[in-house]
Amino acid sequence: MSYRDDLIETDISAYLNAQENKSFLRFITCGSVDDGKSTLIGRLLYDSKLIYEDQLVSIKKESKKSGTQGDAVDLALLVDGLAAEREQGITIDVAYQFFSTNKRKFIVADTPGHVQYTRNMATGASTSDVAVLLIDARYGVQEQSRRHAYIVSLLGVKQVVVAINKMDLIDFDQSIFNTIEVNFRKFAKNLGFSDITFIPISALEGDNVITLSDRSRWYKGPSLLHFLEHVDVEKNTLELPFRFPVQWVNRPNLDFRGFSGTIASGVINLGDSIIVSSSGKRSNVKEIVTHAGNLKTAREGMAITLTLKDQIDISRGDIISSGNSPMAQADQFQAHILWMNEKELFPGRQYLLKTANNTVLASVSNLKYKIDINDFSEVAVKTLALNEIGVATLVLSAPIAFDAYSDNRKTGSLIIIDRQTNETVGVGMLDFALRRASNVVWQELEVNKLIRAKQKNQNPALLWFTGLSGSGKSTIANLLEKRLLDLNRHTYILDGDNLRHGLNRDLGFTKVDRVENIRRVSEVASLMVDAGLITIASFISPYKAERQMARNLLGDKFFIEIFINTPLDVAESRDVKGLYAKARAGEIKNFTGIDSEYENPENPEIEIDTTKVSANQASEIILSYLKDNGYLSGYNL
Amino acid sequence: MSTIKEFLVRVDAYAATSGQSISTLSRKLLNDGKGIARLKSGGQCTLKTLNTAFTRLDKFENEFFGKNNLNMSHLERLEAEAIHIMREVVAQCENPVMLYSVGKDSSVMLHLAVKAFYPSRPPFPLMHVDTTWKFKEMIKFRDRRAKEVGMELIVHINPDGLAKNIGPFTHGSAIHTDIMKTQALKQALNKYHFDAAFGGARRDEEKSRAKERILSFRSAQHRWDAKNQRPELWDIYNTRVNKGESIRAFPLSNWTELDIWQYIYRENIEIPDLYLSKKRPVVEKDGVLILVDDDRMPIGPDDIIKEKMVRFRTLGCYPLTGAVESKADTLLDVIQEMLLTTTSERQGRIIDLDSDASMEQKKEEGYF
Repeated sequence: MSYRDDLIETDISAYLNAQENKSFLRFITCGSVDDGKSTLIGRLLYDSKLIYEDQLVSIKKESKKSGTQGDAVDLALLVDGLAAEREQGITIDVAYQFFSTNKRKFIVADTPGHVQYTRNMATGASTSDVAVLLIDARYGVQEQSRRHAYIVSLLGVKQVVVAINKMDLIDFDQSIFNTIEVNFRKFAKNLGFSDITFIPISALEGDNVITLSDRSRWYKGPSLLHFLEHVDVEKNTLELPFRFPVQWVNRPNLDFRGFSGTIASGVINLGDSIIVSSSGKRSNVKEIVTHAGNLKTAREGMAITLTLKDQIDISRGDIISSGNSPMAQADQFQAHILWMNEKELFPGRQYLLKTANNTVLASVSNLKYKIDINDFSEVAVKTLALNEIGVATLVLSAPIAFDAYSDNRKTGSLIIIDRQTNETVGVGMLDFALRRASNVVWQELEVNKLIRAKQKNQNPALLWFTGLSGSGKSTIANLLEKRLLDLNRHTYILDGDNLRHGLNRDLGFTKVDRVENIRRVSEVASLMVDAGLITIASFISPYKAERQMARNLLGDKFFIEIFINTPLDVAESRDVKGLYAKARAGEIKNFTGIDSEYENPENPEIEIDTTKVSANQASEIILSYLKDNGYLSGYNL
Repeated sequence: MSTIKEFLVRVDAYAATSGQSISTLSRKLLNDGKGIARLKSGGQCTLKTLNTAFTRLDKFENEFFGKNNLNMSHLERLEAEAIHIMREVVAQCENPVMLYSVGKDSSVMLHLAVKAFYPSRPPFPLMHVDTTWKFKEMIKFRDRRAKEVGMELIVHINPDGLAKNIGPFTHGSAIHTDIMKTQALKQALNKYHFDAAFGGARRDEEKSRAKERILSFRSAQHRWDAKNQRPELWDIYNTRVNKGESIRAFPLSNWTELDIWQYIYRENIEIPDLYLSKKRPVVEKDGVLILVDDDRMPIGPDDIIKEKMVRFRTLGCYPLTGAVESKADTLLDVIQEMLLTTTSERQGRIIDLDSDASMEQKKEEGYF
């Protein structure tokens, strides 16, 4: 079924070839009971000639029996499905309708306007890229309209069309149209829509639905169908980082080990570096396998099978991401929850939580509040009933990789399943990760060093790298930081490069200036540790006293001295930056090791002999130290 | 002169594919929102302006079509969705099966299964519920295709029905369908303890289907509760069932009949010859043309067997499936005829002519 096209009769293969490149759009229609949703969809089907004769005969017959339009054909009857609702004259579940034009194929989720069916609307919105909100021109923005707008925004729909319907009943009065637009924009300001388009229509008479109407010459925008045919909804998901939830390990024989799944966001190319959650292991893409042949590039939405250059253990539940944008992992979250079952939510009870490709046990530990969707106010509650939306803390039995729902609908969404009945009882949208100490009971906590650190799932410390110029401090520090980042830790490196150019621009290399340099570094580092960061300071720091000063400032527990031990002759022979040569030539004064002393640390926490271990090994040694001494809680390699 | 013409043709083509309006493009190409309109109505411009505009158009086209290589058409989207659903069921259910009814939708589903698990073979068997009244050609086609893709084929016939010699001519279509199809399917699912069954149903086939989930839950009695379906959000599917309960998975839910035909055409998928017209012996019964497929067909004194150019729009039990007269003997002709036709697909199928809501009722009772 599609637009009648002369090509069908004259050249069917040309027609099919042209139809093959149609794009795809899923949208949801919502509105109050009598706003005319079903009539609008019926109109789209009818006017694009998508109704077969027998269907038309059948609805003409029914229009007389149960229709609401007198002798005229009641287009809503094309859409309303189940027997019960045909009698009641309202839609009571989500129905999916299909139609296509020469440009696009459309899937319409038709969802009910009744208060108690919030869940159905959320269902329809979850897969929609655009929402068409119907407003009855006679009544303007109603409580229901606000509710529907809120639900579609909660489900992450960014593009909204406000179809102001029944314009024929108010003689296409532009001022009424404008007033509704102003009112709608005012309340929708905070709903996060990227784009709102207002179109005056009459679903019953067809004005501005398929073509522009003569009855509203003042209206200069597109018809509804024109808008739906042209709206761009692809851009965002392609620009997001690559995410590939592994569905199934494809192992036809011992020589092939592929990972099958659908790309949740972004683009992947042959050879791209990837990182696996939860292991943190890295590799590169070897092949992008499909039945139709291997690809060089694949994008969001494609169902593919990846093979990797290295043998890494990956199973269902893991997510393969771009090496440049690893995913965060956590086992405690704040989430928006929409309850979908008659049996209310029990905080503390264990439910199954299912994400794109992972299922874990979880419970709601703290229901913060319920959102009253009439006025968006926050109400303290003990539970959530059917169709209620709340904000809660989710505690999971194991950490999962995730993105915030507002960033990525595929990797930030979850459903909640009852363990006894296996019903889907609720759904959630992740806001952000939380991590609270297990010994803390429920009470309002002051934000302090401990809380900030727990939120980051780590114990902060200052890792103080000391050693001669050219000893390898920065190289090792950078490698270490990358490894920590892989493990989703929060870090920062302080070194001569980022401090001497700004904060310490006024300091030279005399002893006095060196002491002041280290004092400032210590103070800045102390603030960063207080903020919960694993902070890496990489400075020659030749004097014991200054290093001791830093240690005293932070306290033993938070100070880890790492001596990068490279003998002077070795460092000088490396002379990466050519500084030793200059110092020997007398062009640089006060150069440590040449004409300024270096005092070896006596009891550093870690000593690295760079003549014996590589930079990579050194960073692993430091990582093991952090792990063994409890700086990385939930450490999983 | 001709360069202006060429320019306008390319602008129109680019406007159509990129979805930008002519006036927007005019502004971008000629720094003048009405420039293209003027050229179209016979206006002129300097060669320099035209060259600049051509350079800009080249750039736009490159950018757009470069990105366009990554565009997914609606068929590719539907294919990816179906593959996702199949993999999800296979990864999570213990004992899935694919119900294979030999029709065009089953052919598409089988093709998608091969794609979904490539290079592995689809890790589940095919099952055909045979009423013993299927077209002979369907049975041959079924056995050959199963062998070609290398999948196990389970054929189930209701032994009770067989013993009682149930048939559409003797017992009527309602009893035949109930015993040989609905009851037989339940028997087979119970016998092999399947906890998930793929079916080729589509939401566009019939109004009550439009509300069915992609993963549709069935009680231990195989009943569908339309009012109490599991919510289905995003592409997260709840596959969990208790013992005895099961899931029907419909990977083609979002396909329309045209999508199916287009995909068959694009992927060159093999379908039974019955879909193509040729001279076949038929008898007209109550205004419906029935193929004389074997000698169980009762030929009354008034029945005249005629050779007619006919084909079938759906395949099922031959006594219950009306043929349509047609000259369409190639796939393209069939698609063309389908597109030009004005009656919907189910018209040929006899079961749901009774009442408007009959399908819904049948589904609640366990008909697939």
